This record gives sequence, structure tokens and C-alpha cells, in this order.
Amino acid sequence: MSEHHESHAPEGHDDALEGHIVSPVVYIIIFIALLIGTAATIGASYLDLHEWNPIIAIAIAVTKATLVVLFFMHVKYSPKLTKLTVGAGLFTFLVLIFMTLSDYISRAWGRW
Amino acid sequence: MSDSSTLVQADHAHEHPPYQRHHFETMQQQVDATGFAMWLFLLTEIMFFGGMFTAYLIYRNWYYPAFVAASHQLNIFWGSLNTLILISSSFTMAMGVWSAQMRKQGTLVLCLVLTFILGLGFLGIKTIEYKEKFEKHHVPGAHYSLNSFLNPDSDKEAKDAGDKPLPLDMARHTEIYFSLYFAMTGMHALHMIIGICLLGYMIFRARQGAYTTGHVSFVEYFGLYWHFVDIVWIFLFPLLYLISRHQ
Repeated sequence: MSEHHESHAPEGHDDALEGHIVSPVVYIIIFIALLIGTAATIGASYLDLHEWNPIIAIAIAVTKATLVVLFFMHVKYSPKLTKLTVGAGLFTFLVLIFMTLSDYISRAWGRW
Repeated sequence: MSDSSTLVQADHAHEHPPYQRHHFETMQQQVDATGFAMWLFLLTEIMFFGGMFTAYLIYRNWYYPAFVAASHQLNIFWGSLNTLILISSSFTMAMGVWSAQMRKQGTLVLCLVLTFILGLGFLGIKTIEYKEKFEKHHVPGAHYSLNSFLNPDSDKEAKDAGDKPLPLDMARHTEIYFSLYFAMTGMHALHMIIGICLLGYMIFRARQGAYTTGHVSFVEYFGLYWHFVDIVWIFLFPLLYLISRHQ
């Protein structure tokens, strides 16, 4: 089959036009990791770990989300601009949550 | 592109792929710009859902016993199955992007159809869950019933979880839990519905060979959107269904 007719593209940039092609093997590994993460988070929810229950649940969710962002969403293989955009967005998001929660915990609720 | 082609043709002595828009110097520039734009859109979506997650966090902290009792009403089996379905649909979508990149039209159509079916399956299960909430009057509004929380022994889910009766003022706050539950899962489901509509369009176009000519941007950026919706559920599932299960 004549799949390779990209001689018009300049050297070195060829690959970026269709994005870095991630192998299906990587997708399968990530898929299995996500299934294991799901099983782990369901299992952990039945154990009484007191204040650690939500922390573990969120830690597993963050790990799963990171795998999805890096591999399914190709950020690991993306240009620096994309990495910086994702990083800056996440940072802004955390700043907003942090400021909201610090306002919430530092108010004298019911005493004004 | 077609309307401007007569004007631009004179300048186009060099080769261009037909899908390169005339306002981009190079294909590389087009790919960088559109990828950047798609991520900016997803960031606005993160902020949008983030606001609801923050509201949930604060209210849960505030009306903790109500949130624990109300979350026992959700069905772990359906929630887990839906998580499995959504993760699988993310996988088939990732394989769809791969198929488009490898110019495998048949595999691409198959992956998109599987993603489409899994998406519908998710919504079907969500419908079963919502139906139960309507039947038990757990939908916020005039017909909201506190019975499951004031008399937990009369309610199967509450009894199974071993709930104690809540005082009336605390039981009333379960309505806030369900308001957030419907707002968050409802917005998530709306994103799924939009995604499924786009998938239908893409299946139609993929069968015409639209995405297997080397121009994969549409499939790739739709993939980003679909994975984002998956990530929202990855957080919704433990926060709504799981974290109060042990109590």
C-alpha cells in the first residue's frame, strides 16, 4: 500500500503533522492500569481508614487522571507549548481552589 | 477554502496539503495553533467542573452526616460498571486516533462505533440510576422525601448501610447532596450526549474516508474532549459513590 507519500514535508517536522504516533501496546498497558486503579479505589472504599479514605480515593483518581492526560491525551509526546498550557491551567485551578478553601476555613462562621 | 482558492492560487506555487488553511504559513503552525486552542477550551471546562467539585467539598465538610447518608443511596454496582464502560470507551477512542494516524479506515470506523455504543451504554445505566432517584423522591424539589434518612429501617439501601436516623435539620441537607449529584452527573451526561452526537457525525465522515488522508486533527481533538469527560468521571465516581461507603 502507498502509505508513505510525504516527501513534501521538510526534514524533522514530518512526524509532528500527524502527531507522535503512540503504539497500541502503550494504550493497552494504560487501559489495564486504569482498570487496576478502578478496582483499587472500589476495594479501598470498603475499608475503614478514617480520614485516609478520601485522601486515598483522590490520590488514586489523580494517578488515573495523570495516566489519561499523559498517554491517552498524548501530553507526554506533545510540544512544550501544550505541556506548559496544561501545567499553567492546572496551577491556576489549584490556586483558585486553595484561595476558596483558605477563605472558607478562616472565617468565623456564625459569629459575625 | 473553496471561496478563497481563486485568490490564493497565484501565490501557491509550492505544494500545500488541501487541508492546510490559507492563513497558516505551514502545516506545523496550523497543528500547533489548533492543538493549543483545544487545550485552552479544555482548561475552561476544568474550571467549570472545578467550581462544582469545590462546592461539593465545602458542603460535604459542612453537612457531613447528611452527605454520608445520602451517598449510601447510590448503587456501587452501577457506578463501577459505568466506570468500566467509560474507561473502555476512552481506550477505544485512543485506538481510533491511532487508526486515523495509521490511515486504517476500517479500524477507525470500528473504534468510533465501539466508542459510540459504550457512550450510549453509560447513558443507559445513568438513566436506570436516575429513574430510581425519581421513584424514591430523591430528586430535589417540591416532592423531595426525607423518609430514607428519618426512617432508615424503612429503606433498603439505608438499612443495608446500617444508617442511623438523622435529626430533621440534618436530614433536610441531604437535598443539597442530591442537588450537587444531579448538577455534576447531569453536566457530565450532557457532555457525553454532545460527544455521542459528534461521534455519530464522525462515523459518517470516517466512512467517507475523511480522517484517513493524513489530516487527523478532528479525530485527535475530539479524542482529547472524550478523555476529558472520562477524567471528570474518574473524580466523580469516588467522590459521589465511594468515600463514605465504609461508614
